[in-house]
Order: sequence, then C-alpha cells, then structure tokens
Amino acid sequence: MNDNQTAAIAPPTAAEAPAQSPDRAKPAAESVPAAAPRRHGPAGRFLRDPIAVAAAAVLLLVIATGVCAGLLTEHGPNKAALDAVLADPSGTHPLGGDGSGRDVLSRLLYGSRTSLFAGAIATGVALLIGVPTGLAAGYVGGWWDALSSWVANLFLALPGVVVLLALVAVRGPGLVGSMVVLGVLTAAPVFRLVRGEVKRVRGEPYVDAARVAGLSDPRIMGRHILRVVRVPIITQASLIFGLALIIESGIAFLGLGEADRASWGAMLNDASVHVYDNAMLSVWPGAAITLTVLAVTLLGAGLRDAFEDAPKPPAATRRRRVRGPAREPAVRVDTGALLVVDGLEVAYPAPGGEAAVVDAVSLRVDRGEILGLVGESGCGKTQTALAVLRLLPVGGEIRSGRVMFDGRDLAALSERDVNALRGRRIGYIPQDPMSNLDPSFRIGSQLVEPLRAHLGLSRDAARRRALELLDRVGIADPARVFAAYPHQVSGGMAQRVLIAGAVAAEPDLLIADEPTTALDVTVQAEILDLLRSLRREHGMGMILVTHDLGVVADICDRVAVMYAGEIVETATSADLFARPAHPYSAALLAAIPDGAGARSRLPTIPDRVPSVHDRPSGCRFAPRCAYAAPGCAVHPEPTTHRDGAVRCVRVENEVIVWNR
Amino acid sequence: MEPVNATAAADPAQPLLTIDKLVVEYRTGGRRRPPLRVLHEVSLEVHAHETLGLVGESGSGKTTLGRAVLGLAPVAGGTITFAGTRIDGLGRRARRGPSRDIQVVFQDPYGSLNPSMTIGDILTEPLTARHTHTRRAARERIGELLDAVGLPADTAARSARELSGGQRQRVAIARALAPGPRLIICDEPVSALDLSTRAQVINLLVELQQATGVAYLFIAHDLSVVGHVSDRVAVMSRGEIVECADATRVTTDPEHPYTRNLLLAAPVPDPARQAQRRAARHRLAAQGSPAG
Repeated sequence: MNDNQTAAIAPPTAAEAPAQSPDRAKPAAESVPAAAPRRHGPAGRFLRDPIAVAAAAVLLLVIATGVCAGLLTEHGPNKAALDAVLADPSGTHPLGGDGSGRDVLSRLLYGSRTSLFAGAIATGVALLIGVPTGLAAGYVGGWWDALSSWVANLFLALPGVVVLLALVAVRGPGLVGSMVVLGVLTAAPVFRLVRGEVKRVRGEPYVDAARVAGLSDPRIMGRHILRVVRVPIITQASLIFGLALIIESGIAFLGLGEADRASWGAMLNDASVHVYDNAMLSVWPGAAITLTVLAVTLLGAGLRDAFEDAPKPPAATRRRRVRGPAREPAVRVDTGALLVVDGLEVAYPAPGGEAAVVDAVSLRVDRGEILGLVGESGCGKTQTALAVLRLLPVGGEIRSGRVMFDGRDLAALSERDVNALRGRRIGYIPQDPMSNLDPSFRIGSQLVEPLRAHLGLSRDAARRRALELLDRVGIADPARVFAAYPHQVSGGMAQRVLIAGAVAAEPDLLIADEPTTALDVTVQAEILDLLRSLRREHGMGMILVTHDLGVVADICDRVAVMYAGEIVETATSADLFARPAHPYSAALLAAIPDGAGARSRLPTIPDRVPSVHDRPSGCRFAPRCAYAAPGCAVHPEPTTHRDGAVRCVRVENEVIVWNR
Repeated sequence: MEPVNATAAADPAQPLLTIDKLVVEYRTGGRRRPPLRVLHEVSLEVHAHETLGLVGESGSGKTTLGRAVLGLAPVAGGTITFAGTRIDGLGRRARRGPSRDIQVVFQDPYGSLNPSMTIGDILTEPLTARHTHTRRAARERIGELLDAVGLPADTAARSARELSGGQRQRVAIARALAPGPRLIICDEPVSALDLSTRAQVINLLVELQQATGVAYLFIAHDLSVVGHVSDRVAVMSRGEIVECADATRVTTDPEHPYTRNLLLAAPVPDPARQAQRRAARHRLAAQGSPAG
C-alpha cells in the first residue's frame, strides 16, 4: 500500500491504513475504527450545512408564495386600475402599482409561479433526455454511443439563446414551448457529463463484481452507476434551473413572453420605462431573480456536499518557514557518516492540534552503505524519506531534529540550497513511476533537462549521457525509449527511467521509496543488481524504503524497523533476520510464508497499527505484543543492542528467546 | 458457514472447472489490425475443494484467464466447462445462472467496493439479486457472513470508506461467499495488503475453504504466497501455461526454466540464502536467457 499517497490526502489518518484483524478465534475483537465524529446520512449532513439550509428556506418561501399567491393578495396580476398607475405603497397596494396600474406585489407573487414553472420544465426535460441517453451511451457504448455523441455535439454547437429567440420570433410567445426547447438544448451537456462519469465508473472492479454477482444491467446502472453520477447531476441540474429562470426573465424582458402571464422579466420591462420616475419598480423583480437563482445554486452545492460523503481533509495551513527554537550552527557531528538524522519529528495539522507522524527518528547512513527502512503502511517510512528530502506534502513540517548531510543541516537550509542539493548530490526514486513522469513531455527531454541544469552539460553531451544511462538501467533500446512519451512505455520501463534520472548526477545519497514494488520479480532482481553496482562504483549511500523483507535481505547492509512513527529496532541485516530483537520485527518476519508447512496457519499480529491519535503512552507496540509485560507501560528509550539499538524494555532482561 | 450449494453433487472424478484450449483475443483499435491474442489455447482443470494457484508476471495472461471464467473477457476459441455445463460465450442474461456458483475476489480492496454503498447493501445485493433471499433472510445471512470473515456485525452499517484495506478485503471475501459458490476466483487477493494483514487474509481464505469446501483459482505473482495456499500450481508466461504441477514441486524444484528463473528472482527473507540464490540466478542468466 501506499503511505505516500494516503498521507498526501489526509496526513493524520495516514497511520490507520493497514488493517488488522485478529484471529478468527475471537472475531468480535476485530476493531473497526470507532468513527470518532458521528456519521450522518445525507439528510443529516445537509441539515448541518447552514448555507444549504438557508438556501432551501429561501426557495421554499418562493415556492410557497407562488402557490399561495391567490391567498396572499386579492389583486389579480393583470388587473389594471387607473388609480394605481405608479401608485406609492399603500394599504391596498403594499408595494404600489406599476406603469399600467397593476399591483406590484401581486405580480411579484404570481411571477414566481412563472419562474419556477419555467425552471422545472427546462430542468426536467434536460434530465429526462440527458440522463438515460448518457447512461446508455456510457454503459453500452457501441453504435448508440457514437450516434448519441454526434447528436449531442451538434446541439452543443448551437447558440442556445439565438435559437430560442428565433423560435419565439417564428412561433410566437409560449412559455412551455420555449422552455422545452431550452431543456432539449441543455440536455446535451447533461448527456456529456453522465456519459463521461459512467465511462469512468464502469471500469471499476465493483461494477465487475456486481456483474459476477449476477445483477442485471438495469440494476447495476440503477444501484451502482447512478449513485455515483448523481452528485454531478445535482450540480448540473441546479445550474440549468438557474439558467432557465434567467432566460425566461430575459425573454419576458424583451417583451417576447406571453402577455397575460405575470413574470419577473415582464416586470423589469415595465420598470425600465419608469426607471427615472419610480426606480423601486425594478428593485423588486431584480431582487427576486437574484435571490432565487442564488438560492437554487447554493442549494445544488449543498445537496452535492451532502451526498458526496467524502471526508474533508483538514484545512491545510500554509507551510511555515519558521521552525521551533533557533538552531545551533550546523556542526559536523560525525565525519564518517554521509547522512545522520537526529531526533527528527514530522507533524501535520490535525483537527485536534497537531499529529506527529514521525517521532524522534534517528538514523545514520555511511558512504557506500544501503540502509533499509521497513515497517507496515502508516508507520512513517515514506514521511521520514520525504522529510530528509525536504519534500513533505503541503501541511507537513519538520518540527524538530536535524538532518545532517555532509556537515550541513538539511532541515535548516533554505529551499534554494536544498534544491541545489536535490538531484545533484541527493537522488530520489519515488514510489509511483507513472505519476512522476510528465505525460506531455518525451522521456528524453525529462532526462536531459536536469542533466543540463545540474551538471551544466551541453545539449548534445546531455543527450549522450541520457542514452548511456538508459542503457545502463537495462533498457534494451535506449533510443526508442528516449523518444517515447511516458504512456508509451510499461510501468517497469518507467521505473527504470526514473532510476536513470535519479542516478544521472551520480549522487552521494540515493533515497528510494519502494523502487521495485510495482515491478515483476525478474525486473526487480535486475534493478537491485543495478543499485548494487552503483553503490560499488560510486560509493553511493542509500536509504531503501520498502515493506518487502526479501528485498531487504537481498540488498541492505543495515535495517531500521519503524513502527507507529518511531524506529523500534536498528540492526545489521544478518542480525535482524537471524535474531530479531524487537517483538515487532520478529512478528513481521514470522508472517512471511516460508514454504515450510504449506496451508498451515501463518502467525499474525493482532489488531492494527494505532493511528497518530491513539498511540499508547507506553510502548506503542505493547497492545499487539505477545511479550507485553507491566514494564511496557513506560515508553521505552532505544538501548544499544549488538551492533544496533532496540526500543524494548524486555530485551535488556533477555527474557525473549526467539525461535526462528 | 453453510456448505456450498449441494445441487448437482458432481462426480468426484469430474473436474469442477475445465478450461480447454481457451483463446482470448482483444480487438485493438480499428478493424483492420489483427486482434491481440492474450491467451493461446490454454487448458486447465480445477477440481472441487482444491486450490489451483496461477502464477506469472504482469502481461502473462493470468488475470485474463480468471476474467474469462467469470465471463468478463471475450472468448475467441476453446471451451470453459463448469460442473458439466459449457459457460463460455453465454449472454449476459444466461450468465446469471452459473454466476451463483462462481464468485470473485479482486486485488484492489479500494476499487472493488462501491464507495457510496454501506457494507450491508453491498452484501445484500448478491443475496436478493436472484430473489433467493427475502430482505429479512438476507440480513441474517449478512450477520453470518461478517462473522465468518471475522468482522463485527456492526460493520454492516458502515461504508467501505471507513474500513482499512484488510477489512475491505474481508468484505470482498464475504460478498464472494454470499451466494454459496463452489469456486472463487481470487485475483491477487493479498498483494495490496501489508505483511501482517496479508497473513491474516491468507489464513482466512484457507480456513473458509476448510469450512465450506469451496475451490479456489488463486491468481498471484508471488510464488511464496501461491505455494503456501495451493494444492497445485500452474505457471503462465506470454499467454501459455508452461508448467502445472504439485505446489511443493513447483516452489522447490520446478522443471521449466521460466519457473526456475521466476523462483530464483523472488528474494527470500534470509541474507545468506538470498546471496546463494542471487549467485544461482546469475549463473542461470549467464547460461543464456531462459525460454519464455
């Protein structure tokens, strides 16, 4: 799994990614996370959104006044009285009379009927046509998709308002007719939207699973696909409704509406004649149009949020430069070491303060040494690597600690100085090859640019060097890959390209985050051979983040095991695999199927890695540990153990006898 | 757990699933270009109650083979017979019959559960789809299923988003078990999971098989996992089966050079043994690249 990505989306929850569940002996003990903030259904979420509720209230008010217009005023909307021409507000005419002596309030109330009616017709027609055709085109595809897309494109190309005005001019005024036509015209964007969403969703494994479960096509569309597309449909519908309202008013304002139908647009038309002698006449219909359109749009947004039950990431605070107390000047701590990380703490803003995803991490990499950083997802491996590179996602921050690289504290350097080191002296192989190559540039140019920038090579020299590198990472036809776009090569090829880029400047330190996880084992073996030879030739030091203990055994000299944000054991590879000192290391090793006793029960670790917020105050692994004792209630400090260190009180007493 | 569908108690000598000279082709852009042949006359048998492992590298066609059995890939030749009935080339409607007996667990625990549905709805669906269960009976069955996969009963009210990868995979297994299938296609069911979670899900799959007698076609790229759960293992490369034998045989002393290379390329968690294997792999590579 990918702790990098999860962390980028919602850092504080990153630590809860892995799932544990205990033995089948006690299934009830499985801990589904107690959803801390109580979850609400769509209705509950909607009611908790004040803007959406206010918008709904305004819209309900408009609907109510339209429906009850007859009860709220005794004047007919079209009944003109000579004494009411441009009359001031009075008891009989609360908002006065218009230029023809009609009651303004009455016209306003009846006008809302027209507006809502217009919006309902246009929206209804657009959805009735757009949604089923879009569903069919996206789900079934084939000739129906080709034909309906062609028709939709044709409609999209038509200038809607011009068509409408031409229609009204030819056929004469007619509210229903013009709104139906508007609905037909706006069905095209609805069709496109639904078709696109359906095409995206129908490739999802859960749709395949539904087919395997024996569900009929209409049922799959109704239950699985429509549910996903309903959110964009709601947004689109609210926009169409508002548009219809405005267009209806526009037509009426131009005097092309039905003469005997009260309409806000017609009111504006009348008011425009009297803008100098009675300005208030334009205020009422103007306010009504603005408020109603605003309410419809906000209601659409509120409904969308209510149905879209995505956990919102905590508001990302701006990345702060200033860090904690002033640091002492960078001193050379250890001359033999290439990289020394000391007391590193990485934190993200979280709802209840801050979440330290990496805590008091100290490590050391010598020249020519490969250090493995292992542990389950959400234990902070990737965050540690990104902190060393100063590439933490937005919100992430180094709260304390030093990252000494060749005598300089990376944590205290300016962005510019770090930039100068990255790519040149510190290489980085990211986790996901495809998303780390820009799809719009050829692979060659993505390799050549950094070479020119970092090494100051000429275009030709950089090109030669890039081809050489591609050959070096085992790409059979470097020239072809050089000229290709990222989507034209396989994932394994893309990963090799990234490795070529990372080692291009012959960096002193290489940080590789799961560099081979996406690759087949045979390709993985070749990549590991390549990294081994680079280490031998250039004395390159390396941090290898991985969850694959086989890879660690293959290439790492030393290993640091991370658990719940801290390092629990460092050891030489030989020691770790032969005599793991920390119970967590031992449990991880035991969980690997080793060929002996096929179909036997694999030892498992009960429960799961605690999230950043639920870390025990004592030993963080104690609740899952088979060797936990009362002494584990105190948070253990790392103690020296053989050639490394262990964070476990039981080790000192040598109570644990590992049988592996 | 209730036992697998007792209907049509098959002849024990008769394989549950027989794949004979299966060819799968995909049309790639344009009618003029020849179709892309992903499977070349693949033949396999899965017996009742057994686990057949299917390993291979990406692009070997192992996933396509599973999808063809599920009716999700276009069969261009050969036959697939399940419990004595041909199931290749069935229309979507006819397909809904055998689908009760053949279920699937996908690799991606995030994509395989609809994020907008509750776990209860997801599990109800296969039960009520063919009107085999009333809603009330379905609710009871969901309780049993969740219990069988080691999840608490209140999981039914949660949405997939609230669960971790391992928990989601348990739900996916429960969904596959719901109709009481006789065969479950497991397509890389543990490769997206962490080490300790992986061990839990493997244990669960083995236990469920012992309890229900369901057969598995277990597709994975990791030989150690496949070797652990399988009775027999088939190795695929470039759309063909290069070797099919007893699991211990394939994972310890494979016959085909491709399998040997695959086995040696997978690193083992033991630095000394791994160094020996690396040397052996380099020797094998020096002798000439293995035939695919």
